[in-house]
Amino acid sequence: MTHPITEADVRHVAKLARLHLSDQQVQRFTEQLAHVLEYVAKMDELDVEGVEPMAHPLDLKNVLRDDREVPGIDPGVALSNAPQRDDPFFAVPKVIGDGPSA
Amino acid sequence: MRLECDGMALGCNSLIELRDAIATGKVSAVDAVRAYLDRIERYNKKLFAFREVYADSALARARQVDAGESRGRALAGVPVAIKDCMCSTEGTTACSSRMLANYRSPFTATAVQKLIDAGAIVLGRTNMDEFAMGSSTEHSAFGRTLNPWNTDCVPGGSSGGSAAAVAADLCAAALGSDTGGSIRQPAALCGVIGLKPTYGRVSRYGLVAFASSLDQIGPFARTIPDAALMLSVIAGHDPLDSTSAPGNMDAFDVEQPVQNLRIGIPAQYRSDANHPAVSAAWDEAIAVYQDAGAKIVEVELPHTEYGIPVYYIVATAEASSNLARYDGVHYGHRAQNPADLIDLYCKSRSEGFGDEVKRRIMLGTYALSSGYYDAYYNRALKVRRLIKQDFDNAFFQGRGCDAILCPSTPGPAFKFGEKMDDPLAMYLNDVYTVNSNLAGNASISLPGGFVEIDGKRLPLGVQLICPAFEEAKLLRIARMHEKATGYTQHRPPLDV
Repeated sequence: MTHPITEADVRHVAKLARLHLSDQQVQRFTEQLAHVLEYVAKMDELDVEGVEPMAHPLDLKNVLRDDREVPGIDPGVALSNAPQRDDPFFAVPKVIGDGPSA
Repeated sequence: MRLECDGMALGCNSLIELRDAIATGKVSAVDAVRAYLDRIERYNKKLFAFREVYADSALARARQVDAGESRGRALAGVPVAIKDCMCSTEGTTACSSRMLANYRSPFTATAVQKLIDAGAIVLGRTNMDEFAMGSSTEHSAFGRTLNPWNTDCVPGGSSGGSAAAVAADLCAAALGSDTGGSIRQPAALCGVIGLKPTYGRVSRYGLVAFASSLDQIGPFARTIPDAALMLSVIAGHDPLDSTSAPGNMDAFDVEQPVQNLRIGIPAQYRSDANHPAVSAAWDEAIAVYQDAGAKIVEVELPHTEYGIPVYYIVATAEASSNLARYDGVHYGHRAQNPADLIDLYCKSRSEGFGDEVKRRIMLGTYALSSGYYDAYYNRALKVRRLIKQDFDNAFFQGRGCDAILCPSTPGPAFKFGEKMDDPLAMYLNDVYTVNSNLAGNASISLPGGFVEIDGKRLPLGVQLICPAFEEAKLLRIARMHEKATGYTQHRPPLDV
């Protein structure tokens, strides 16, 4: 159904997943993922025409709570694990600058 | 009948025995906590079942219980353990990952809070495969947990710390989480009971998400009545988890055998890949139910072999999405000196996650990426439906089985390192457990016997599977096996 996964695929996916991989990791992951995907291809043996996809085991739909105010998490508490903060905000490196690296 | 036992904490054979001893004043909660802390002190250094121990707060809680604070509650004074992926305001909720090594949760998971509200005393949190991804607990960023029966062997995973802690009697019971077998597989490999409740039975609020349509919290226990009690405490609808099922669990009597019992035996689980001792434990369990008057019927679960392929697409797809939140911004590990924001994300994630987590994020991202979504993810969801229909046919159509009886794992505990370089071999350990997660069934692994390997006994598990929300029946059927075999009374020699 699909071509075997290549090192180029792995590099592309790593970029999508925001992961830096070393050349050695790329090589190893390509082999390991190819092995797993080969096994996954077993699914192709089945005719699934007309089968409804099952994303979830429960038949719950549109679970809504009553529209009333309830206490939420305090901003100070929400920020308590922030690696860097500038209250009441999370702080990150400059976003607009000399152009993206990735 | 206690074989090769080195002495249980306070001589109690079960959580309920200990709970009653505390309630009647025979044992104080402080003594109970001290007895367990002593055992942890003695054994945990080597076994590494607990990743963090809360000695001071546990003793403080015990003093409150002895002062009468939790009198009459279901678990008053009972020392328990929680898995490292369950948020609590005590200590660090690290998911056994470098990513969350310093994370202090501002809230407590509902299941953990329910234990505390019932009077239980949390002794600490147990080691696990990082983000619950693994079947051996070798993927923890903090070190490996040893199997109390043979310390050259893995305890299973991902809830390996909880299973080992209960097996070695370092706590009266423990919580684990099961996404593809992460409670049942380590329970089987450590010779304890591991219950995966129906999806939605127990709130997932405060459970660090791995695969949201599969994750479920459940108990490890030494006896079926203990497991039933733990479940009744943690079960129930939770407004904080929109996928928790409506309604609560009705009280039930686990001692009541199921009448006109029909046990289904799936032909597809008779595999050459099964260790002969696993097949023998399965046959013995079949005989137990036959002797109890049950009707044994062959059932077909023709899509069994597609479970692993479906699971490793669905679970990794959901994981790749869930783990996108670890970006080094809001909490968790942040890399030093990033070039810019994107570099901050990439560096933080690359430094914070271990290889197995990266591998699964990669697989899931690939399965969801443009051009592959239909071939992998959507196809997997369709096959998932077929797997669910297999169970429905066995339970509700023609065959009308009350439960399906099968092995928990293809073999006993394996050696450290044996499957670390071959992810697929590791994944195949979950071949008999993943399908219950995909379908949303209630399942349990029971101690089913032993096999001697290298001069040491290793436990084996048998599994019972019931339809969704049939935990009461599941536990009553399991109790019949427990009473007939006495396997839950066996303890590891603990020559560590």
